Amino acid sequence: MAETSTQLSFENVFLSFGGTLALTDVSFKVIKGEILAIIGPNGAGKTSLLNCVNHFYSPDRGGIIFKENDLTKIPPHKIAKLGIARTFQNLALYSGLSTLDNLMAARHIHMKSNMIQSIIYWGMGQKEDIEHRRVVEEIISFLEIEHIRKAIVGALPHGLRKRVELGRALAMEPDVLLLDEPMTGMNVEEKEDMARFILDIHEIRKTTIMLIEHDMGLVMDIADRVVVLDFGSKIAEGTPEEIRKNPIVIQAYLGEEHI
Amino acid sequence: MAVIRPSGDFDRNYNQDMALIRKPWQWVLLLLSIGAVATSPYWAPPYVYIKANQIGYTLIAVQGLNILTGFTGQISMGQSAFMLAGGYISALIVTYLNLSFFIALPLAALGAGLVGLIFGIPSLRVKGFYLAMATLAAQFIIPWFTLHMFPEYLGGQNGIISAPVPVIGSYEFNEPARFIHITLFVLILTTIAAVNISRSRMGRAFVAIRDNDLAAELLGVNLFGYKLRAFFIAAVYAGLAGALRAHSSWQIGSEMGYDLSESIIFLGMLVVGGLGTNLGPFLGTSLIILMEDFSNIVGTKVSAVMLTGMTERVLTSFRPIFFGLILMLFLIFEPRGLAYRWQLFKASWRLRPFSH
Repeated sequence: MAETSTQLSFENVFLSFGGTLALTDVSFKVIKGEILAIIGPNGAGKTSLLNCVNHFYSPDRGGIIFKENDLTKIPPHKIAKLGIARTFQNLALYSGLSTLDNLMAARHIHMKSNMIQSIIYWGMGQKEDIEHRRVVEEIISFLEIEHIRKAIVGALPHGLRKRVELGRALAMEPDVLLLDEPMTGMNVEEKEDMARFILDIHEIRKTTIMLIEHDMGLVMDIADRVVVLDFGSKIAEGTPEEIRKNPIVIQAYLGEEHI
Repeated sequence: MAVIRPSGDFDRNYNQDMALIRKPWQWVLLLLSIGAVATSPYWAPPYVYIKANQIGYTLIAVQGLNILTGFTGQISMGQSAFMLAGGYISALIVTYLNLSFFIALPLAALGAGLVGLIFGIPSLRVKGFYLAMATLAAQFIIPWFTLHMFPEYLGGQNGIISAPVPVIGSYEFNEPARFIHITLFVLILTTIAAVNISRSRMGRAFVAIRDNDLAAELLGVNLFGYKLRAFFIAAVYAGLAGALRAHSSWQIGSEMGYDLSESIIFLGMLVVGGLGTNLGPFLGTSLIILMEDFSNIVGTKVSAVMLTGMTERVLTSFRPIFFGLILMLFLIFEPRGLAYRWQLFKASWRLRPFSH
């Protein structure tokens, strides 16, 4: 890794729901330009952690620092503007819009036309739409979804929807991309495609990626570093090789018999 | 459903791809239909242009509701109350400030919009069913206000009986045959605005909120800001509709059909036509308004054969019965409305004869 500056840093994050601790004293740093995988058994707090980054959940204590801002004190829509995009575990597409419009909707943060310009749509509003259309079309061809450009996403098969959702996150041109189980419900071929896209994004766009995934083989293949959560606490952090050999991780996550 | 184009229709740049009117014959057809409505007072029986005028201003209110409920997904039960507000503001401005109707109209729209903004504030916290209940407040508060407050200006129960007639020079828009031109002009503007909203940055934000408000927020849409914008625009449309209605019927008052049932009928028109489509309000509003007359005809026929001597009661009960029946049939058989049917029809026609 060329430079090792910190992109996102979690500092003693505590989160509880009505007394139940979901995250306990979680601290780690995400390095600029890396693919960081977060793994852990079900209910370990992986998604909760991402939700804290988006400020969909408010941590009880601790901070999440990004570009010198504490994300726990900024409203969600402004966090998106700062450069954090994400996909969701259970798809959260705009199901009534076409693929193209889903991606265009994600350009929202980069567009400037206001209410009046939207209503008149002559000149500025339209010109801006076309400008951003170019960016979106690039992403569409990158993800190989040209054929469903004008299809309503609600009617697409699951694998394609996942890809559209990745495209929507990419259309935000984020510095940090949060991927919450991008490969659930996919067959091997689709998973390989998705892995290829993730690696390409990382390669070409130098985007920092935080990834939650259950497919261990895949995580070990594509991640630069891995953070392991169990019952809301971080139990390990390191390269895939280190994690693979770590006895605590093996016990907590992979099960006793693997030792 | 992907958009199916006629064969041989290709785009060479994004401008063409985004164009709404693609072919010269479509322009011709559009201008011909506008021309037909505009000249209807000269060739059609009064029924046609009187109905066209009524459909026109109702349509504007339904278009506004479509932006709020159809695109943004915020159910509002207060649209006819905002119409009432717009109608009153316009009538008061023309009567007491002696301004032209054509200045009062945009002011009424703006005023109604601000009222709508106030009643849109609950949308910050509540959604769905609860928001519908919250907007119901507008439907009670606004008519109550006009009924009980400032009777010397607002006219209490009687309302304002002589809402002034719009005038340009010495030309008075004093009958539907003339007023329809104002309605048509405003309708064209509101339609252009509605279409533009639905295909621009703001419209995509609206639909994002409707389809997945959580994702919309995490992807950078300021939920509250955009919900308020939707409420504002819907109320502006209602204000325009109310002002047009007040000045074409020369009267405005809380007892003149600006009640809750009117708001619900607007929602019904939207469902029948197709929520979240630009064509929907046109089809739904026309169908429901014409259905009212149809129910009168059927009612008269029925009361001539049976239930004789109860004509009046039969007529008043047939309207809601027909409305309820149509709404129910649509909800069961085509909840996506007439606009969707039209899409299917066009698609099947384009695929013909190779439907596989």
